[in-house]
Amino acid sequence: MPFRVALLILKKDFLIEVKSLEILSTTLFFAVSCLLVFSFAFVKEGSPVQDAAAGILWIAIAFSGTLALGRVFERERYGETLRALLLAPAPRPAIYLGKLFGMVLLMFTTEVVLVPMVALLFQAPLFSRPLLLFVLLAAGTVGFASVGTLFAAMLVRARTRDIMLPILLYPVTIPVMIAGVQGTSALLQASPDEAMATMWIAIVSTFDVVAITLCLWMFEPLMTE
Amino acid sequence: MTLDFDRIQLADVSRHFGRRRAVSKISLTARAGEIIGLLGPNGAGKSTIIGMLATLVAPTVGTITYGDRTAREAGPDVRGRIGLLAHELHLYPELTARQNLEFFAQLHGVRGTDVVTAALESAGLAERGADEVAGFSRGMRQRLALERALLHQPRLVLLDEPFTGLDDRAVRLVSDRLRALAAGGAMVMLATHDLDLADGLISRVVIIRDGRLITDEAGGSGLRARYRTLVGH
Repeated sequence: MPFRVALLILKKDFLIEVKSLEILSTTLFFAVSCLLVFSFAFVKEGSPVQDAAAGILWIAIAFSGTLALGRVFERERYGETLRALLLAPAPRPAIYLGKLFGMVLLMFTTEVVLVPMVALLFQAPLFSRPLLLFVLLAAGTVGFASVGTLFAAMLVRARTRDIMLPILLYPVTIPVMIAGVQGTSALLQASPDEAMATMWIAIVSTFDVVAITLCLWMFEPLMTE
Repeated sequence: MTLDFDRIQLADVSRHFGRRRAVSKISLTARAGEIIGLLGPNGAGKSTIIGMLATLVAPTVGTITYGDRTAREAGPDVRGRIGLLAHELHLYPELTARQNLEFFAQLHGVRGTDVVTAALESAGLAERGADEVAGFSRGMRQRLALERALLHQPRLVLLDEPFTGLDDRAVRLVSDRLRALAAGGAMVMLATHDLDLADGLISRVVIIRDGRLITDEAGGSGLRARYRTLVGH
């Protein structure tokens, strides 16, 4: 039942997004703009600043993800549809899961564009260990989105939500950012450090498990006024 | 779905928002077949009571029981027996009328396209099912939202200003619909400021002022006069 409701919410969000392309287009535009600005600053005479690519990739992911998080719940605010979702005869964390699935899907789509662009603009060998990079990105995205989805839902009725979301989100997701940047850096070395990358993947995966468990537990008390 | 109830009881229910008491020590019982008018001036606490009955707002003090169980004891199934039409209509403007109804039907575990088609017909929107809700008038949205709230045949029907934006014909249709629901064993509770429309429709009147229960009595004619006497304006 919870997964059925979560998938139903994902399907509904996907249908709305296919019609409007509002969130995907703004998120992609912002992410690509972000990368281009960084490339102007960090690529001098065709040579990128050493080790900049990993940080820039994760900053672009975090910034564009924050933008998407704000918009995902804006739709539920208009018409107060979040209250209608809360009335579904299913455990309320299913709503959180549905929104999380959508957010992860949206961030993955953005990353499909971001990763090749970073590789190209910063001459970064991001595809030397594609499987490890994929797992690291997946774990990092889930960690960031899991905390962000809860905070975005919590702030949906707050007037200062646009300001509060990054203020709350970035400090809590610092472990994800550190693990993401360090893990990616390890993979970008001339001789990729697989052991180091695997260790960072393990750290961020642990974060994911703790964050999702806490978010599922906290969602209902936070959403019922 | 096995969970059902034929009585709802609020026992000394209070709800505070910070230092403000939105609802204070309300006790009330609703039974199957009743249409209860929840009346009171702006800020009286009507929407808070509806929110608490819908399990969206937790009481600060007191208990609400559905049958003989609280919402916590009954679990998520109790929400499958509650239909809510709030002031905000709980519709997705980007989706068509049919897509909205299909989504909420599936959310409540209601299967079959017949239910959605019947709901569109009841809303008088059978010809507009493929149109996006964004292009609908307030009255059309209101009718659609009412059908959305009733898709899963709720036992408890909660309506916050259900007549907003409706023309005379639609008001009659909605009133008849509510009478039919009550006759079918539903409990209907509606919060409204429109005393003329409520008069003759409601079987019981509950008047709230400043979060407190002023009166709980049988409905009947002369509602406006009684309201003025009790509330003062």
